Amino acid sequence: MNLRRILALTNKDLKKTSREPAVLFLLIVFPIVLTIIFGFAFGGIGGGTTTSFDVGLLNLDVTGPQTQWSDSFVDNLTSSEVFVIHDFDDNTTGQAALLQGNLDAFIVIPAGFGDSIESYYSAPSDPSAWTNTSIGLYVDGGSLMAVSAVPALVQKELMDTIFGSESMTISLPIEIKSPALVESSTLSQWDFMAPGIFAFAAIFLTMIVAQSMTYERDEGLLKRLRTTPASSSEYMISQTLSNMAIAVVQVALVLASAYAIGYRPATGPAGIGFTFLISLAFALVAVGFGLIAATVSKSADVATGISFIFIMPQMFFGTFMPLGGATEVIAQFMPSKYITDALTTLFLRGAPITSTIIWFDLAVVSIVGLFLIGLGIALFERFGYK
Amino acid sequence: MSESAIEIINLTKRFDDITAVDNLSLKIGWGELFGILGPNGAGKSTAINVLSTLLEPTEGSATVDGYDVVFDPDNVRKVIGVCPQEPAFYPYLTGEENITLMGEMHLVPKGVLRERVKTLVEKIGMEDHIKRRAKTYSGGMIRRVSMLMALISDPKIALLDEPTVAMDPKSRHAVWDFIRELKTQGKAIILTTHYMEEAQELCDRVAIIDEGQLIELGAPTNLMQKHQAKNLEEVFLKLTGKKLGEEF
Repeated sequence: MNLRRILALTNKDLKKTSREPAVLFLLIVFPIVLTIIFGFAFGGIGGGTTTSFDVGLLNLDVTGPQTQWSDSFVDNLTSSEVFVIHDFDDNTTGQAALLQGNLDAFIVIPAGFGDSIESYYSAPSDPSAWTNTSIGLYVDGGSLMAVSAVPALVQKELMDTIFGSESMTISLPIEIKSPALVESSTLSQWDFMAPGIFAFAAIFLTMIVAQSMTYERDEGLLKRLRTTPASSSEYMISQTLSNMAIAVVQVALVLASAYAIGYRPATGPAGIGFTFLISLAFALVAVGFGLIAATVSKSADVATGISFIFIMPQMFFGTFMPLGGATEVIAQFMPSKYITDALTTLFLRGAPITSTIIWFDLAVVSIVGLFLIGLGIALFERFGYK
Repeated sequence: MSESAIEIINLTKRFDDITAVDNLSLKIGWGELFGILGPNGAGKSTAINVLSTLLEPTEGSATVDGYDVVFDPDNVRKVIGVCPQEPAFYPYLTGEENITLMGEMHLVPKGVLRERVKTLVEKIGMEDHIKRRAKTYSGGMIRRVSMLMALISDPKIALLDEPTVAMDPKSRHAVWDFIRELKTQGKAIILTTHYMEEAQELCDRVAIIDEGQLIELGAPTNLMQKHQAKNLEEVFLKLTGKKLGEEF
């Protein structure tokens, strides 16, 4: 293994990226264009339009001694800049408005809502003594944003109602801070989508690697290299390094473009550093898939098609699409889901860099990446040179 | 340095039921310019591919500078420079970058590499074009660059598979001069060619191969005398019974 050979081959691949218009567009220009277009389309440019949700509200807890709790909950929902509250007198009309697309969500506060909260305060440590009730929350399944955002935002208002907006003011030996789930008042749809851009951009490395390897094989370049002292491992490492370098450039460009249109992730320099780190790990995944695609492809054209077998599921299950039900199960097998998840945790939820979940996500992406690289190299060595 | 540059003993290479090279034995010395002649499909390129470690023989053995091509391919690759039949090059790199990359693979010291690229490019008449992207080159230019890619490491043994195909006469003669100069440096050169004139002009000895088998071996003048022929083309015609043009 010789560093000079590896660097020479890496340099060769980077020159290809900068000199071949199609590659340059897909790997460098496309992420910038994608960021700007998505930012524009989903409210990220010029401060954007703050997302608001039309929410129908039916309060059934209007009689009895404890109605101040439901009144407080209604006040919290109404004062939220995210919700535009529409009062309803009956469930049927509210459900109809939701079905017709006039509402993003419909909330039903049940009778006994206040009694439930009072029963909690009467015996906070004895769940068996609580009077349980359920808030009815119906969300417009046709609205991606509503499905993703409304339940969490309603949960936040509920917590504020029960415990107060900042922290509990009741004097207790243990302080329970109310969870600041999200900075809801400034969110646009773009804020929900931005974390997915990073994985989305890097996913296409798979196609470039597959095309590049099959082209070099078909044109006799791999054979030519094999008549020199350069080893297969030096070649494979150079492929990996060059694509990791491209991933770093992509992250920098997406971040710069996003900043330029006003995006401000809820994280600091450490979070940005983490973004580069997990993108490097994701580059391993992309190169691994690219090697596998190259192995089974007879030509560069076929490699393009085969690459999409790896690209499409990651795109649809691991970047922008809201997850739930069966898709949630499928997404567990998509490496892109973990990078999007980690960046959502950092950028949207504002989690600290010490958050366990983001390191778990990084570990998953890294382990899968190393496994795929190993598998890709083994398969290409065995079958890919033919 | 081994006694022979190349030694091939009873080499056979089969692809399924096709025998590309059939029981070939050759010994090539240092400073020798050796031609392998034959029509398409005769087994010339297969023999070159075995010597350059790209293919393993089905039977028999081959050594290059004393290193076995099967058991010691890493050392074989250090001493050979291979110019493949199809000129493999990176179209998005300049000619100079293509040549330099191959030098990097052989770990030629950077200063030496720069000087050598300059010298070789001048010798082969490419100095006005060498900084252009290779994808803009004509077929002849690509062939010349491909040959320099093979020789930039200053290999002890050069394996040149049809190096002058598609070249104009002027370029071809420039390449011939270059190959003659390599020979004077004591290198062993194996040249496969379709051009009988080229073999006659350059080679110390030639092996004529047909359907994978060696059918004649010797110096061009000796072969012409032996077969009472005016040129190698006629020798080939007499040996194989096949009518040949300038290209097979």
